[in-house]
Amino acid sequence: MPDVVVSFLFIGVIAYSLLAGADFGAGFWDLTAGGAERGKEPRHLIDISLGPVWEANHTWLVYCLVFLWTSFPTAFAAITTTLYLPLGVAALGIVLRGAGFAFRKASLRTPERRVYGVAFAVSSLLTPFCFGAIAGGIASGRVPAAGGGDAITSWLNPTSVLGGVLAVLTCAYLAAVYLYATAARLNATAARLNATALVHYYRARAFAAAVGTGIVSIAGIFVLRADSPRLFGELSGRALPLVVIAALCGLATMALLRRKVMRNLRVLAGGAVALVVLGWGVAQYPYLLGTHVTIDEAAAPSSSLNVVVGVAVVAGLVIVPSLILLFRLAVRGRLEPEEH
Amino acid sequence: MSTLAVDSLTQVLAFTDEPPQLLPARQQMAFTLGFHIILVPFGVALTSLMLIANYRGLRKGDADSLLLAKRWSKVAAVLFAVGAITGTVLSFELGLLWPGLMGRYGAAFGFPFAIEGLFFFTEAIFVSIYIYGWDRLRPWAHFWAGVPVALASIGGAAAVIGANSWMNKPGGFTVRGGQVVEVHPARVFFNGAFWYEFAHMLLAAYIVAGFGVASVYAVGILRGRRGRYHRLGFLISFVTAAVILPVQMIVGDTIARYVFASEPRKFAAIELLPKTGTHVPETLGGILVDGEVRYGIRIPDVASILAAFKPSTRIQGLEAIPAEVRPSDRIVSTVHLAFDVMVGLSSILMLLVLWFAWLMWRRRPLERQTWFLRCCAPSGLAAVACLETGWMVTELGRQPWTVVGHLLTLDAVTRQGNVWPLFAAVLAIYVAVGVSAVTVLLSMRKRWQAEGDTGVEVPYGPQSGPRLADATAESER
Ligand code: HDD
Ligand code: HEM
Ligand code: HEM
Repeated sequence: MPDVVVSFLFIGVIAYSLLAGADFGAGFWDLTAGGAERGKEPRHLIDISLGPVWEANHTWLVYCLVFLWTSFPTAFAAITTTLYLPLGVAALGIVLRGAGFAFRKASLRTPERRVYGVAFAVSSLLTPFCFGAIAGGIASGRVPAAGGGDAITSWLNPTSVLGGVLAVLTCAYLAAVYLYATAARLNATAARLNATALVHYYRARAFAAAVGTGIVSIAGIFVLRADSPRLFGELSGRALPLVVIAALCGLATMALLRRKVMRNLRVLAGGAVALVVLGWGVAQYPYLLGTHVTIDEAAAPSSSLNVVVGVAVVAGLVIVPSLILLFRLAVRGRLEPEEH
Repeated sequence: MSTLAVDSLTQVLAFTDEPPQLLPARQQMAFTLGFHIILVPFGVALTSLMLIANYRGLRKGDADSLLLAKRWSKVAAVLFAVGAITGTVLSFELGLLWPGLMGRYGAAFGFPFAIEGLFFFTEAIFVSIYIYGWDRLRPWAHFWAGVPVALASIGGAAAVIGANSWMNKPGGFTVRGGQVVEVHPARVFFNGAFWYEFAHMLLAAYIVAGFGVASVYAVGILRGRRGRYHRLGFLISFVTAAVILPVQMIVGDTIARYVFASEPRKFAAIELLPKTGTHVPETLGGILVDGEVRYGIRIPDVASILAAFKPSTRIQGLEAIPAEVRPSDRIVSTVHLAFDVMVGLSSILMLLVLWFAWLMWRRRPLERQTWFLRCCAPSGLAAVACLETGWMVTELGRQPWTVVGHLLTLDAVTRQGNVWPLFAAVLAIYVAVGVSAVTVLLSMRKRWQAEGDTGVEVPYGPQSGPRLADATAESER
């Protein structure tokens, strides 16, 4: 049962990386879009494409937290008493981000919009960095079983910094690909729209982000070998197929971007990121924390595990269909065909 | 880090001194929960008011009702977004501020939050669909898309209350060697206090949302907006609250007797009662100083009669609590005063409801009842005050326990780092979020008054101009 729970937990982690990742990345491009005048169109596209679903995405995070504290309570407490600094910053970032985005949408005046926009953008950088750093701290075994580990080096260490930078970059990459696809679709469907410039804009950025992610990943190989030998060993052993497929997906997206092919683009980009996260999970298995606390050791009594698994299954049955409905609605801009 | 820190999780029980993190952690928890709870009634009950208006509008072909429903759905969306943000912070805080609680009892009472997440997710999705659905779905299909919003929010509230009531009346788990080794989820969730707290909170949500919305329209009418639209807005919300308030007072009274019977510690604090005895007077106001009741008005025998209908009812006093876990005078006084405020304000609101009933009975036109409307204007704030003080009774009345009889608050709190900076940041951000939310709502109202319903975009809602060029032109205005 603990393994089942961990699989469900990891589904949450992957879903959060993909969905919120695209969200955070949008904040990255928002931040780099330039002044109010120059950045207006790119920003507006961000508003359009992420508006309706931004918020539901963050429920995945709460899902992960709840899963952790119910199923692996002591490990959860060990994490929060060690990594409280990045966790605190991430929490604040999420509030700022959510608020910035919600209110920017509801307010029309430019000065107000700018304040909310800055809050949105800055926290979109900080939060994924912190999450990446947290993942790095856990993976490299810097969270002691009893908690209360070093408050600084647990998340400011080579593996964590690598995790943080990679998180920011993959977010930017995902978002640019999604935004490119949205711009291209709007360009094709809305006759009066002048989105050609935007299509180029985001295509170039998607490509740049893909290259950046690739370079950092390669550099990361050396960082991991020096800093987290076990993780490195498993990544280049058991998890190697996943890592290789992820790399191939990444290369394929770059090829598609160059040739302006839209088909499968988003799937491949998302797949690359999901596989990297999955690779981390496979490499870490059967440990929950570093190499000293196994999943079985940390697990709560089986009835607690059964309940959360039950809830997750129900959630899948209820939420996945509604979510698909909503995503389609967001993508097509209407609900009618699916509802009837 | 020192070995002391490493050991802290396993050996907290050994500490008896108060860690420096305790004060800011409690302040922060109280502040953030107190903030979040204000938003809850709007997620739970404003959405129901919106459905009532929607139903009326469709049944009677009434455009005013439909407009109300549409606008309320947008207000609900903004407040729901703020609720979601502040709720997410709460889940971080449970880990960051109270690792002793989550680490030890997460296995037992953590799962209701998973259920809450499920309901919350459903609600978020259907809020989106409902707001999108205006003008896009057929009217009745659209109405039915709104029903899951109201239901899911009730389920979400039930789940959170399941967790909270368990802290007051823990059960359904076995501890061996400091570890939870067995859990009976149904007995955790439906613990002794669950139904009381849930019923009371659910009704409270309708009361707060009802009076809150009615306040807004009362002010509007007083400012001279006398149309049918404002009248309807006032009536739908006020009548909802008016119907529920008497029920709430009966439920509250029942809960007080339940607390007397099964949470005697809390009851002693509520009644400000240092010594066990019979013929206990009801003390209105007053505080505890050095273990003695000071100030306040005493009404002979009433507390005993309220507790079990007989003046000879014996009520356990604070002295019966072992000294090490007896709440301080400050906490007892606060619980007692909070209870008085809740009951006092409910009674005043009840008078307002009776006044309204009388006006309706005499068929007086609402618009000309200036004094009545003036008294309605602060009713929303009064209801919020009931909500807040009620929670103070429940949460402070539990002190010094976090899980009554099992875990002291000072063992629940984190031992790491300095909590004050986090608290300061949270405070600053929440103030900004609160101010922004109000500003946004006010500006929505202004735009509604000026230009009708177009041009107002809300979170979860569609973009009013799907075409980039149009929308860009619009934001340039
Ligand atoms: C609009 C809100 C509202 C109103 C009008 C009332 N209450 Fe209340 N009360 C709450 C809102 C509330 C609450 C905030 O919802 C609490 C906190 C926890 C809970 O279950 O409900 C609460 C708690 C609470 C408790 C503590 C329960 C516990 O700790 O288990 C008692 C004894 C009462 N109430 C009693 C009353 C009485 C006798 C009332 C009227 C005569 C009354 N309440 C009106
Ligand atoms: C499921 C819901 C809730 C949970 C899980 C919860 C949990 C907690 C926890 C862990 C603490 C700190 C430990 C303690 O002081 O006992 C606390 C304190 C507190 N909570 Fe709650 N709470 C809930 C609901 C609420 C709500 C809705 C309010 C609304 C006002 C509230 C008001 C407070 C206050 C005022 C304190 C501070 C007590 C103090 O000063 O020590 N709680 N709560
Ligand atoms: C139905 C109305 C409510 C709404 C819309 C709401 C909203 C939220 C949201 C969005 C979260 C974050 C969790 C997530 O994203 O899944 C949350 C968490 C929380 N809420 Fe509320 N809430 C509601 C009812 C309540 C009530 C009635 C209480 C207290 C009695 C409460 C106390 C809490 C606490 C303690 C948390 C943190 C634990 C968690 O992660 O679930 N909420 N709430």
